[in-house]
Amino acid sequence: MKSLIFKTASTYLLPLLLLFSIFILLRGHYLPGGGFVGGLMAAIAFLIHSFAFGMKETQNIIKINPGYLMPIGLVFAVGAAIAPYFIGAPILKGLWFEEPFRFIGMVGSALFFDIGVYMVVIGATLTIMFSLTDTV
Amino acid sequence: MLIAVILGFIFAILVPFFSKFVKKAIPFGYSLLPLSLFIFFLQFLGEIKSKGHILFHYQWVPSLGIDLSFRLDGLSLLFALMITGIGALVFIYTTYYLKGHKYLDRFYGYLSMFMASMLGVVLSDNLMSMFIFWELTSISSYFLIGFNNEDPASRKSALTALSITGFGGLVMLSGIILLQAVGGSYSFTELLNSSEIIKNSTTYGWIIALFFVGAFTKSAQFPFHFWLPGAMKAPTPVSTYLHSATMVKAGIYLLARFTPLLGDTFWWNSTLITVGAVTMVFAAIHSVLRVDLKSILAYSTISALGILVFLIGIGSEKALLAAGIFILAHALYKAALFLITGIIDHETGSRDVTKLAGLQQVMMPVAVAGFIAALSSAGVPLLLGFISKEVMYEATLQFGDWAIILTALAVLTKILLLVAGFWAGIKPFTGTLPAEFGKAKLPSPLLWIPPFLLGVLSLGFGTFPSLITESLIQPVFSSISGSDTIIQLKLWHGFNLVLVLSILTLVSGGALYWFLKPSNDLFQKTVRFEAISPQNIIEGGGKLFGSFAGIWTRFFQNGYLRNYVITILAFLTLLMAYRLFGEVNIYIDWNQISAVSHYEIIVVVLMIISILFAISTNSRSVSIVALGVVGFANCLFFLFYSAPDLAMTQFSIDTLTVLLFMLVLVKLPKNKQYSSKGIKMRDALLSLLFGTLIAILTLEVFEEPSSSEVSKYFAENAYILAKGRNVVNIILVDYRGFDTMIETVVLVIAAVGVYSLMKLNLNPSKKDL
Repeated sequence: MKSLIFKTASTYLLPLLLLFSIFILLRGHYLPGGGFVGGLMAAIAFLIHSFAFGMKETQNIIKINPGYLMPIGLVFAVGAAIAPYFIGAPILKGLWFEEPFRFIGMVGSALFFDIGVYMVVIGATLTIMFSLTDTV
Repeated sequence: MLIAVILGFIFAILVPFFSKFVKKAIPFGYSLLPLSLFIFFLQFLGEIKSKGHILFHYQWVPSLGIDLSFRLDGLSLLFALMITGIGALVFIYTTYYLKGHKYLDRFYGYLSMFMASMLGVVLSDNLMSMFIFWELTSISSYFLIGFNNEDPASRKSALTALSITGFGGLVMLSGIILLQAVGGSYSFTELLNSSEIIKNSTTYGWIIALFFVGAFTKSAQFPFHFWLPGAMKAPTPVSTYLHSATMVKAGIYLLARFTPLLGDTFWWNSTLITVGAVTMVFAAIHSVLRVDLKSILAYSTISALGILVFLIGIGSEKALLAAGIFILAHALYKAALFLITGIIDHETGSRDVTKLAGLQQVMMPVAVAGFIAALSSAGVPLLLGFISKEVMYEATLQFGDWAIILTALAVLTKILLLVAGFWAGIKPFTGTLPAEFGKAKLPSPLLWIPPFLLGVLSLGFGTFPSLITESLIQPVFSSISGSDTIIQLKLWHGFNLVLVLSILTLVSGGALYWFLKPSNDLFQKTVRFEAISPQNIIEGGGKLFGSFAGIWTRFFQNGYLRNYVITILAFLTLLMAYRLFGEVNIYIDWNQISAVSHYEIIVVVLMIISILFAISTNSRSVSIVALGVVGFANCLFFLFYSAPDLAMTQFSIDTLTVLLFMLVLVKLPKNKQYSSKGIKMRDALLSLLFGTLIAILTLEVFEEPSSSEVSKYFAENAYILAKGRNVVNIILVDYRGFDTMIETVVLVIAAVGVYSLMKLNLNPSKKDL
């Protein structure tokens, strides 16, 4: 799609959507949102960009192979899940910092878990996307 | 004891790391492992003699009743000594036999893995762990038989052996489970107490039948015998170790072990006698029809195993004693014969018994070992084989009405085996040396000392039976028969019928050896019967099964996505329709359904229009977009009923789906009318039915009294326990955190799957299509 309007719009949409996806990810614990939806949104952001500029260009922006996000995300999720084990609590128990952080709010193991999910979703979706367009 | 058993496994894992060092510093260093284990087991001789048996207990999976408990008694000690003793000799022998081989380390790794599994089989008291070790012997023998992995024939034999023995092992597993169900324990020692209950139970017949299949496949009994000659494709040390001395005796061990527990019933005895007799005669005849030294030995081994099964089947004290002695005697002489064959093969490059002759001129010590082994196999006095043969004839003669037939069969087998033994141990060494083998010379002592040592043992034990009577044979006998009778072994039994039979065997065997020369003609004559041999029948069955599986798979896995979807949907529809109309009263309570508002009607109309659009349009992109509209309309419904999280996710998913479809569809050719009218009607009907059923199902769900307790609990405790206000998210990351974690893993697997499917290029020429 070589429409100029679409191209211009998607240049601005990409950072905005990415920011929005992080916002969705962070608010998940209290308001609608979460890692899964956030991840999907981020993937959509890249997908829109690739429609405007082609897959090669998007791959250039991302720089790293999105496949790497999957193991990193898994490490986050599994790490957050087994972290309580090391302080003697049962696995997957929620651990929280006492004081809320600025902008982010309460930070706990559930947040890291969600970040892991977020990364896995982005990684998986983009991997599927790139391998589909590479081959077809 | 645990360490003694698993040392071989540890060793096998470590071999690759220190192999470089061992090769340089101490070439035969590997042999220290079986040698030290042999010494370790030797020191139990005294204790077993006085105590009967020793138990060692290690917990493993207590919740399933599976423990690593080991029982050391006469029988298992005899086997442990054979495994480690012959193992040590084979290890030493291999140092030279496979010197400089590329994969020598790998070979030692497999060999020690096998040794450890074999020790596990004979020492395990817990039947489950015995089964595990049993299968491990099959697996390690698969690697050893297929050691020359570049040779297709060797790979095929390995696979045959694995299939047959693995199949038998599985059958035996069901036997073990049945036995546990009846006897209430996996522990052999505990089961011994409930022997009578098991024998009188209704499943007794099944239990012994299943155990028989396990034992017969492992010990190459008719009609499962054919994997053993095939397994001779393995290097000679392997044939020596696995296929004459140890692994094939595992089945014998099993039968002997279970004799006190399951034996001494009509079916037990008559089955074993029949199968054993058929095997020993059948294989003995075959062994004198072969010309390849290893084939001769393979068939004579099968025959010997048949004799053992036959003796255990007779089941009298004399017969069990004979079995006990024959296990040892056979291991000693047959291992020696195999090792000698290996030497001949190594030095002359031939195993053709019609050509080999006169080698005693160049390798005297080997010839001596060969003579002793052949004479022991023939049962000449002063050798261990003689004693075992005497006791065996005594046993058959005492067997009531059938004594004459059984004795005749035994004598016939022994005569033929004598010829086979002479061919392998004497024929290659006598006569004049053919010119083509002129270059043969005496190999390194590492090769000829092991068979020589085995020969010395045969001679020593045979001349002075008191050496082993009390220390070894008595405990073996007690643990097989379960009785306390004191046994005595003598060289001279007086002049009686047994001696006459012995002389008859020797004389007619010698005469047969004199007149019957091994020849290719005889071998060729047997080839005609290949078509009806068990090997062909079973292999044919395997092929038939394979082609059936092929047809079955091609029918269902036809590679068309649309057919898969149709199959799945049609099956689900039928199943659900059957349940719904057959057993459930469809009842819809209209009062429960809330009033329909006007914006809901608008959305529904929107949905219907886009669906109609999707199925009527000719453009793929349009129909995808129309489907996207349906999805978004769905999101609106989620929003109406206050499920923002669902709406959000559905929205993202739909966007993503449409975009992904677009990515791919753009590249496809223009849509044409591919399907005929009939197919379209079929699809429409199926979708309508499926959709209707889902709708009915959804309505029916309301009829179930829904429990709000769970959701109430989640809502109330979300903030208290998980410090969050979004219950949906709390469920995902906290209450059901584990599910989510696994789902992420599934997602990764799916992505990797798509990636590899896309990148996989099975047929490069089709790339452009």
